[in-house]
Amino acid sequence: MNNQLNRLALVAVIMLAALIVATTYWQSWAAGSLAAKQDNAIELVSQFEVSRGLILAANGNTVLAADRKVKRNGQTFYFRHYPSKGLAAQTIGYSTSALSQTGLELSLNDYLTGATSNLSNAIQRTLNQIGGGTVYGDNVVLTINPGAQALAQHLLGDRCGAVVAMNPRTGAIYVMASSPTYDSNLIDKPGGYAKVLKTKGACGDSSALLNRATYGLYAPGSTFKMVTASAALDTGAFTPTSGFNDPGYCVEYGKHVSNASNPDQTAETYGHVTLAQGFQHSINSVFCNVGKQIGAKVILDYAKRFGFYSTPPLETPANQRLPSGLYKNNKLWFPKDPATEVDPGRLAFGQERLQVTPLQMLMVGATIANGGVVPRPYIVDRVIGHDGSVVTRTRASNLGRAIKPETASELNQMMVSVVQGGTGTAAQIPGIQVAGKTGTAETGVNKVYTAWFVSFAPANNPQVAVAVVLEKQLNGFGGAVSAPIAKAIMQKLLHR
Amino acid sequence: MLTAIGFASVYISRRSHISTASLTYALLFFVLYLAAHVVARFTVPNADPYLLPLAGLLTAIGLTEIYRLGPSNAFKQGLWVVIGVAVFALVIVVLRRDYRLLENYKYLFGLGAIGLLFMPLLPGIGQTVNGSRLWIHAGGFQFQPGELGKLALIVFLAAYLREKREVLAQGRVKDWGPLLVIWGSAMLVLFATGDLGSALLYYGIFLAILYVATARLKFVAAFIGLFLVGSAAVYEGTPHVRERVTNWLHPWTTQKVYCALNGHYTLRQDCASYQMVQSLYSIAHGGYGGTGLGSGVFSNAQGAPLIPYLSTDFIYSAVAQELGLVGAAALLLIYMVFVLRGFRVSLAANDGFSKLLAAGLTFGFALQTFVIVGGILRVIPLTGITLPFVSYGGSSVISNFIVVAGLMLVSDRANA
Repeated sequence: MNNQLNRLALVAVIMLAALIVATTYWQSWAAGSLAAKQDNAIELVSQFEVSRGLILAANGNTVLAADRKVKRNGQTFYFRHYPSKGLAAQTIGYSTSALSQTGLELSLNDYLTGATSNLSNAIQRTLNQIGGGTVYGDNVVLTINPGAQALAQHLLGDRCGAVVAMNPRTGAIYVMASSPTYDSNLIDKPGGYAKVLKTKGACGDSSALLNRATYGLYAPGSTFKMVTASAALDTGAFTPTSGFNDPGYCVEYGKHVSNASNPDQTAETYGHVTLAQGFQHSINSVFCNVGKQIGAKVILDYAKRFGFYSTPPLETPANQRLPSGLYKNNKLWFPKDPATEVDPGRLAFGQERLQVTPLQMLMVGATIANGGVVPRPYIVDRVIGHDGSVVTRTRASNLGRAIKPETASELNQMMVSVVQGGTGTAAQIPGIQVAGKTGTAETGVNKVYTAWFVSFAPANNPQVAVAVVLEKQLNGFGGAVSAPIAKAIMQKLLHR
Repeated sequence: MLTAIGFASVYISRRSHISTASLTYALLFFVLYLAAHVVARFTVPNADPYLLPLAGLLTAIGLTEIYRLGPSNAFKQGLWVVIGVAVFALVIVVLRRDYRLLENYKYLFGLGAIGLLFMPLLPGIGQTVNGSRLWIHAGGFQFQPGELGKLALIVFLAAYLREKREVLAQGRVKDWGPLLVIWGSAMLVLFATGDLGSALLYYGIFLAILYVATARLKFVAAFIGLFLVGSAAVYEGTPHVRERVTNWLHPWTTQKVYCALNGHYTLRQDCASYQMVQSLYSIAHGGYGGTGLGSGVFSNAQGAPLIPYLSTDFIYSAVAQELGLVGAAALLLIYMVFVLRGFRVSLAANDGFSKLLAAGLTFGFALQTFVIVGGILRVIPLTGITLPFVSYGGSSVISNFIVVAGLMLVSDRANA
């Protein structure tokens, strides 16, 4: 019988060894993916045992997110609250016990919980844990200017839209406002989340959780002329003084494409104009002809250089940002043969099937301000350890050159003329040269527009760039409704 | 042996960082084991010296974790350990001269096993817990008679197969009769009570003893074939089993499926496989080093427990979270050492009954560990049975102490 016994013992040992192997699998190999599961109640609870770091605005004083200590059943939990009651709510996101995380609370979670610290912090953390002490996360200081952010949210009011502002030299985001917005403290309150979901803006959309600055897709309208003009000048096909004859329309595929309408419903007609004047007064027929001449491929290639067709980099979660470009069936679409698949005239003045985010249009404006180099946007200035030491600091960088410095300089001047005596006069600031471009995109509903304004100032030494978009504006032109908001934000940021 | 007991007591005293009052537990526990040791020393002086300390170590780990999960349960479990040690002493004292006389009562054991298994089905004292009817309940006192039935069945199988092994090996059909009747009705009862974990366990023990006794792999193969056919039938016939297999294969769904618990459509991980999935999260949360005793997460921020049956069937996932891979692997190694000592006892035994008895007890112990821990770790479909010595539960503690007593009796005789 002993042979059988030996074999049976072997079977038993193999069974128990298999258990050790399986335990090893779950505790090392699979541990990471299990911890990331949305329904992981244990991770959900254990994260509240960590004192999460603060999220601070650029001044280092305005607290955007902080922790509240709660003792329950002998255990200490740290729950999140938002002292500024929804300042940059969509960008900051939330971290609650009832729902998972969003926004920077999600993407910076490892810093905020102190999980990505260096070795000495990791040891400290482990020691704290063993000793039953509290684990402290790192504090995060953003580039958000709290005053300008609050002003942007105030000016948006209940209108749906977004305001984004950055330093065009560095890419530091000063303002990232999206409307309608919500009070982040509501999320964790009973019934609060449902209330937030029902929050409606003037546009009738109940999507307060959406960060329109990076996730809202809009027809760019005439703001896209910045890209077309860049292509026209940069390729050398045109100069600012190139002449055009504007009969009030442009002929495409044998049909008339009209300019924007005068108040009396007749198309504006300018006669003989230069490219610069066409830009200043945002004449569609001029750009239609430019588009026909240089072709859709060149325009799209220049759009790519400005960052179109890739998701703009930022510290927010990647699924809260969208790339800009042509969209077909709700999917980003780059035509295989742009010459036959895309209408170059309409593309040139921002119609066709273009869909852009406010952040992308801001990047176009900021690139022109920055002499043709695309600044890389960022919103986290630095991460500070619990002991006050700097864990990491963001260094400004760029996404490469989009256009030649000369082209940028020519566009800069053309944009100044827009504000001085063109469609964007509402953005004038006494004592400072402001450069800007209006956009008024058709929405498919008569007289209801998406109103844009993209600008930067001072034009000779740009310190701030702003993009404003307002949805569903009845008779609302970019130069009339969006330019004043851009002006106020620039004044606030430039202390004027 | 003393060092092992010492280690056990040191281990228990670690509980003092939760509460100093628990030091009395440690002391009581130590005294209890000393008593058990003294009894064993005088009655079975030649017994294997490792079995009792290993059992003590496992009980200590279990008691520590149960105490951490709920001090009131630990008190009850402590009482059960006292009773378990008393039963251990009783068994050893009564059977110290010659346990082999049990062989003469094999049919009594066989019938007794079935009787014990049937008990929960009796109206009045039977009780259904979690879909399985395996408890008897009388005067505020709960007991799983199946735990003792298992031991009785092992005694019967060992005795019967010792007597008939030669004729069975030659394949005489009529000798299979009593074996199949007793064993078959036991299986029937088990399926009737819905206790699949135990059914799997008994089947495994039966096959193991059969193989050791007859050395015929074809018998084992035939019975495994029968088992597969039976399993298929059970799978088709009982939604309970189907659900367990589905949970095992696909614990996570991305689409909502029908949830029998509340009648709504939900993700499976929020319904049927919730317990298993959260238990895996618990294990994964432990990582290599664990969270440390007392620092594990077992309840939500409101204080409600996250994993049902944590201190009984799912105690392994609690231990694995708090002690990490290091602790969990150490625990499994203790089981492995215990099992290897058990087989050593069986190998050293001089007569067939002793060999089969020791092998049955030991393999049953190993298989029980495998069925529950393997179920928790998704190695096999999950069926709820207790983890020997560690899980909270009186019947389990008592029957495991009887296993230790049996193995020590056999080894004492072999070494004498």
